[in-house]
Amino acid sequence: MANLLIDQTAEREHDMRAMDSMCINESQKQHKWYYNLKYLTVGLFFGILFVKAEVISWFRIQEMFRLQSFHMYGIIGSAVVVGMISVWLIKRFDINTISGEKITFTDKKFSKGQIYGGLLFGLGWGLTGACPGPLFAQIGMGATVTIVTLLSAIAGTWVYGRFREQLPH
Amino acid sequence: MLEIIKQPWPWYVAGPLIGLTVPALLILGNKSFGISSSLRHACAMCIPGKIPFFQYDWKKELWNLFFVLGIFFGGVTALTFLANPKPMQLNSALVKELNVYGITDFSSLVPVDLVRWDKLLTLPGFIMMVGGGFLVGFGARYAGGCTSGHAIMGLSTLQWPSLVATISFMAGGFVMANWILPFILML
Repeated sequence: MANLLIDQTAEREHDMRAMDSMCINESQKQHKWYYNLKYLTVGLFFGILFVKAEVISWFRIQEMFRLQSFHMYGIIGSAVVVGMISVWLIKRFDINTISGEKITFTDKKFSKGQIYGGLLFGLGWGLTGACPGPLFAQIGMGATVTIVTLLSAIAGTWVYGRFREQLPH
Repeated sequence: MLEIIKQPWPWYVAGPLIGLTVPALLILGNKSFGISSSLRHACAMCIPGKIPFFQYDWKKELWNLFFVLGIFFGGVTALTFLANPKPMQLNSALVKELNVYGITDFSSLVPVDLVRWDKLLTLPGFIMMVGGGFLVGFGARYAGGCTSGHAIMGLSTLQWPSLVATISFMAGGFVMANWILPFILML
């Protein structure tokens, strides 16, 4: 009985983590904090990319939702194609991480949240012209007032966490 | 060379590079591409309360916070070294429509006529920045991810729930941009 309870808790914890891109497949290796600098470097290139491709432009997002430009569709579409091919290659050739660990994937579970939350997110995206990634880049490129938008997004995340049990999933 | 980099990058260059973020993060440390989780980690780190949703070891997720910090510095770098001096080339129909609402400054990537500190307490400014931000954060977590986690990482790994989420994102955006935003801009 006690074991069953622990299993359930572990499973719950796993599901909870799996809803995000979190380390469900936890690394067993202990790294020093500065190993994280490699992710900062990827983020740096990514941020430059965001600005130079105008992905973080409110105007480009408006064009996308008004079907006035192909730009954003081309970006998201080609990113997905490249992502798919890469994931296929990683699986096909059993590629490991640079520290020799196996790369793993977790299936996403369907929940009604993907519809309700997705629609709410879309409304916010159309309004701010920025999803979470571009918010960070916008602050970096000098639109400091976007800090308010970011804090508000953190508040939104918190409110979701607080009322999660009451929401339909 | 630098002159070319300073130009806006076309979609067929930027899109594939964004796609390469997926294998880059996987190969560097078995990390799934996702940005909105950083907002959850921020909650878990600073204001977890007694909320079960924020009770986890956020220190294991530090990589994600380093990643978004990198995006911030990317913005700084692009502004400092790679800024394009010319205004954006926009669809003329959009320019005409926005002019009607008094948006005439196209020099920045954000509409500075609306998105700036002294507009924060006007009704349209408040709705856009505070309301919009809230919807982005709440909605992304409710959906279990944002454009990066679902539309790019989720679709790359052929997850059909991510397709549902992506379609919902687009539907919400269409409704906002075409039918609700015009009213907000008229306020």
